[in-house]
Amino acid sequence: MSLEENQIVSKKIKSIVFGIMGPKFIKNMASAKVVTPELYDKEGYPVDGGLMDVRLGVIDPGLKCKTCGSKLKECPGHFGYIELARPVIHIKFVKLILDFLRCTCRDCGRILIPQNKITNYVDQLKEVGEEQGLEEQRHKVKEIMASLKTINQCPHCKAKQQLIKVEKPTTYLEDEKRISPVEIRTRLERIQDDDLELFGIDSKHVRPEWLILTVMPIPPVTMRPSITLESGERSEDDLTHKLGDIVRINQRLFENINAGAPEIIIEDLWDLLQYHVTTFFDNEVSQLPPARHRSGQPLKTITSRIKSKEGRIRHNLAGKRTNFSARTVISPDPKLNINEVGVPMIIAMKLTVPERITDWNIAYLKKFIENGAKKYPGANYIIRPDGKRKKITDETREQLLEEIQPGFIVERHLIDGDISLFNRQPSLHRMSMMCHRVRVLPGLTLRLNPAVCTPYNADFDGDEMNLHIPQTEEARAEAECLMEVQTQLISPRFGLSIIGCNQDAISGNYLLTKEMELSKQEAVDLLSAVGVTDFTKLPNKKVLSGKEIFSVLLPDNFNFRGISKSVPEDHPDNKVVIENGKLISGIMDKSNLGSGSGLLLRNIHKKYGRDEMVEIIGRIYRLGIEVLLKKGFTAKMSDTDLTKEAEEQIQEVIVEAHKSVSKIIQQYKDGNLEVIPGRTMTETLELRILERLNKARNDTGEIVAERSNQKTDTMAMVRSGARGNLINLAQMSACVGQQALRGSRINKGYTGRTLSCFKKNDLGPEAHGFIENGFKKGLKPYEMFFMAMTGRDSMMDTALRTPKSGYLYRRLANALQDLKVEYDFTVRDAAGKIIQFLYGEDGIDVSKSEAGKINIKNIIREIK
Amino acid sequence: MKLFKEFEDKLPENILEEVKANLPDKCSESRTRKILEAVYKEYKSSVADPGENVGLVGAESIGEPGTQMTLNTFHFAGVSEMNVTTGLPRLIEILDARKTIKTEITEIFLKKPYNEGKDIKEIAESLKETLFRSFLKEISINIASLQMTIELDEQKIKNAKLTPIKITKILEKSVKSFKFQLEKDKPIINVKSSSKDIALNEIYKLKESIKDIFVTGIKGIKQVLPVKRGSEFMIVTAGTNLKEILKLDFIDTCRTTSNNLYEIEKLFGIEAVRQAIMNEVMKVLDAQGIDIDMRHIMLVSDTMCMSGRLLGINRYGIVKEKPSVLARASFETPIKHIINASLRGEVDSLNSVIENVMLNQPIPVGTGLPGLVTKVK
Repeated sequence: MSLEENQIVSKKIKSIVFGIMGPKFIKNMASAKVVTPELYDKEGYPVDGGLMDVRLGVIDPGLKCKTCGSKLKECPGHFGYIELARPVIHIKFVKLILDFLRCTCRDCGRILIPQNKITNYVDQLKEVGEEQGLEEQRHKVKEIMASLKTINQCPHCKAKQQLIKVEKPTTYLEDEKRISPVEIRTRLERIQDDDLELFGIDSKHVRPEWLILTVMPIPPVTMRPSITLESGERSEDDLTHKLGDIVRINQRLFENINAGAPEIIIEDLWDLLQYHVTTFFDNEVSQLPPARHRSGQPLKTITSRIKSKEGRIRHNLAGKRTNFSARTVISPDPKLNINEVGVPMIIAMKLTVPERITDWNIAYLKKFIENGAKKYPGANYIIRPDGKRKKITDETREQLLEEIQPGFIVERHLIDGDISLFNRQPSLHRMSMMCHRVRVLPGLTLRLNPAVCTPYNADFDGDEMNLHIPQTEEARAEAECLMEVQTQLISPRFGLSIIGCNQDAISGNYLLTKEMELSKQEAVDLLSAVGVTDFTKLPNKKVLSGKEIFSVLLPDNFNFRGISKSVPEDHPDNKVVIENGKLISGIMDKSNLGSGSGLLLRNIHKKYGRDEMVEIIGRIYRLGIEVLLKKGFTAKMSDTDLTKEAEEQIQEVIVEAHKSVSKIIQQYKDGNLEVIPGRTMTETLELRILERLNKARNDTGEIVAERSNQKTDTMAMVRSGARGNLINLAQMSACVGQQALRGSRINKGYTGRTLSCFKKNDLGPEAHGFIENGFKKGLKPYEMFFMAMTGRDSMMDTALRTPKSGYLYRRLANALQDLKVEYDFTVRDAAGKIIQFLYGEDGIDVSKSEAGKINIKNIIREIK
Repeated sequence: MKLFKEFEDKLPENILEEVKANLPDKCSESRTRKILEAVYKEYKSSVADPGENVGLVGAESIGEPGTQMTLNTFHFAGVSEMNVTTGLPRLIEILDARKTIKTEITEIFLKKPYNEGKDIKEIAESLKETLFRSFLKEISINIASLQMTIELDEQKIKNAKLTPIKITKILEKSVKSFKFQLEKDKPIINVKSSSKDIALNEIYKLKESIKDIFVTGIKGIKQVLPVKRGSEFMIVTAGTNLKEILKLDFIDTCRTTSNNLYEIEKLFGIEAVRQAIMNEVMKVLDAQGIDIDMRHIMLVSDTMCMSGRLLGINRYGIVKEKPSVLARASFETPIKHIINASLRGEVDSLNSVIENVMLNQPIPVGTGLPGLVTKVK
């Protein structure tokens, strides 16, 4: 298929009508009557009148469909039909048929409502339908049905009514006597069209007697293709098997009826036919044994084909698959731009972009063809205007080169700058799939700038990601305008920048702007490694401060005021002041550069736009990394060392905690512990102890924060907000603290004690999961055990949470997917019902706002 | 102020208010105009475009951080707080519009002298649902005379500001087939059957059922807890019965609410539920430290309340109300929807997203929304 021409939408489906097929419709629709259960003759050719009849469509290459004359893959398939020897009940309508039988007269077929009241009911139904929708109407119908069940005399012909029961799955009993489907069908035939409305049924589309099958449609061969095994044997589809059963029994029943067999035999066969038809529609009816393969596994028939996650609707219709995509492991490359993706050569030579030959680009595209499929940058296929695809090989290359002319399409290899979509599952928000520019690189992994890890939620411990190449001009345009990384910088969730610096980039810039001083030589080295070529912004001094170097990356007329959370408030560096693109005071940390919180970045975005911001983030990121490369950066073991006094202090705090806990326990035992209102004595004790021990942990944390060496790299990491926090540090060097399970201390284990190394009914801290050692010092065996308990608990938590939140998300997405802003700025659903008169009450799009607001203060400040 | 009038149609109210609040004291008219125009320009550029798929963005914004929430049912808020369901389970509960929720809570704000801590414990105690069980000391049954004697706990009765006589009356009211007689000066009630021939096991039955007779307080309030929030004292209760609580005169009726959405719907109507959903969701998110813009929650809340009844986000609620057959079928129980649709002869006019995805057609949202109208020669 050639690309653009054949993709013009000439016809569009406007609506789909649902209805039930009557026998006439089935026969008219069918292109063949199936009369024999045989599939193939001796030569392996489909039998006429069999289930694989060529009139029903073709699945073998080389054969032609007798109905439409087209070949494999072109013929959509055609329905057939079989005439059932005796009527059979459709399993999905059992309940409805019961309603019909109960609520209509067994003699005259009228609904059991007196003539004068019928219009009344009809009006009621109509009103409910119009005001509250179809679903409520259905409800109302059920109510009416329920009220009719007890009437035992027909108001029209005064005939006496009998109690009708259904014996699952498909047998109806009237007064304990079985009514055959033939009888049911004649009764349903008597029901008048006018009464149908009261059953909530549209007489234009449905006749009650159609609910009992006399003719059954045979689905086309194309929807139940057989598979040819390696051994040459054919393996038929489950549906074909089931249909074979139906046809076989049906034939037997015909023969027996014609031969005048005894009633019992016919009844038995009839029931069997009913079973097969039932399981053909639904093989999971609870009262029936499911039809099985010879191997014992149940057949997958129509119902199970449609429903559930692996069913037709969710798997094939709502979920699509695509070509022109790739997937491998990802790895970081800060030298790439944020909106680029590094594509391995192998992938670049497999994925292609179609380009149409014109008079102006023919020479350019010829070069690709000359290179062929094996030399980069080459081309893999040529598509002729008639839609024929030609592979470019060494043999065909020369000939194709001569053949090509404007109108041909060349599928050339990926080259730098091509548009691609990059995605990581789970695709939870729209930033999980963004448009990146291709950068073809050596190596075998897809590479991305680590700054875009946040929106993808990616790391490099073996994560894989997908790459898609849009194939049409429209797709590329949309990807570029709506999905490129620049357009996704601001999260629509909270209106702040989601892409920012992380980890090394933050700690690097932190160290640079905090204390570093470099010679001019070094500064230029650093900046050129980052990609800066213009050094005029560097002051002409021998020794440059880190702030001056950082300023080079900022735009000249940029002004910003903020705070560094990493610096104490009285320090001059607490206030970030940028004037005319110069960082005068302040240290760059997570609150300025980080993702989500980075206010500096948010301001740059606001003032200079997204393209500039992407550029700047890239440079700042690289600067941070280059600084660390130059300076060296290690989280050393010795970073967790404490002075002797500090260790003594910590010991003191812990001893103190032990003492006061035993005091509390003593109070409890004496019974004079002050009870917290609304709690029992024991609960109070637990809470008090927990409170006290948490305080001890926090105290040790504070000691560690104060007393440990502030100059270490670990400390720089913590202070800048790049990674880790003070609690982590305290846990390493001082005390891990209380392990809590479900909000309380650990109480599980043996009777009266947690572990066998404790005395019974020991209420002390260490017997209930207080870990007083740090990780560096090492945990005692029982401490390690408690740690493992909470560790496992949190693992379980994660494992249980993922499916729950996934389901919540699916439901939310399903409920809200149709809501959109209309041209009149109201929010409406698919039916056009108004949900909100103005989106969010002020119409502001969160991803275009600053944390959901318009920064009015800023506007007022700027306008003088 | 004329200026502001001029912009009334152009800018939403809350933005105008904010401009007013932030204007410097002495601001010339021309500057104000400039500011307003700049704000207007900024506002125009921040407005959601027609076709913007705000629903899906909202769903993503709430669904995505769901993976980061903790499942831990009981959040430990502090020593003197009630245990509340938080995190993901609570969020699911709210959005599902569950009829029975795990932990029902009422936050009772008090009127002036009481919110400073006056008699707070007594007030709290008086709210608590108290059954006869808690006033009992002993029940003994005399098999021979078919009599039952109940000994009451005088101290507890006093604490609850009741008298044995009152309790006896309450018992008489709720149990008709027995006679209750209070002994003089003693907190002992003699129970006799009013009819003569009764079986022994009826007395035994009474012995158990009498314990659950409601005596005082408010029905449904299982636990009370006086709390200090900020500078104010208030009462938090487990279990709710807003209807009764709001009748009390020492309560600040404007602020007292419960966390049960159905109760709110019944008592205050759908608009209150809309606000309650937003408040409750916000509470969960704040406790988890998750930042989601209010607009997304507002949209969900509006969708749940749009029909005038509270609908959950599940197959019995919002999804059931969708007009499109295929959209409903693609969610859950597809067979049921398709069969019902076929009986009605329903028409799916392909207005929503999912059907068009199924049919490989452009979706009527975003860039798929605009069409081209042109004359064909």
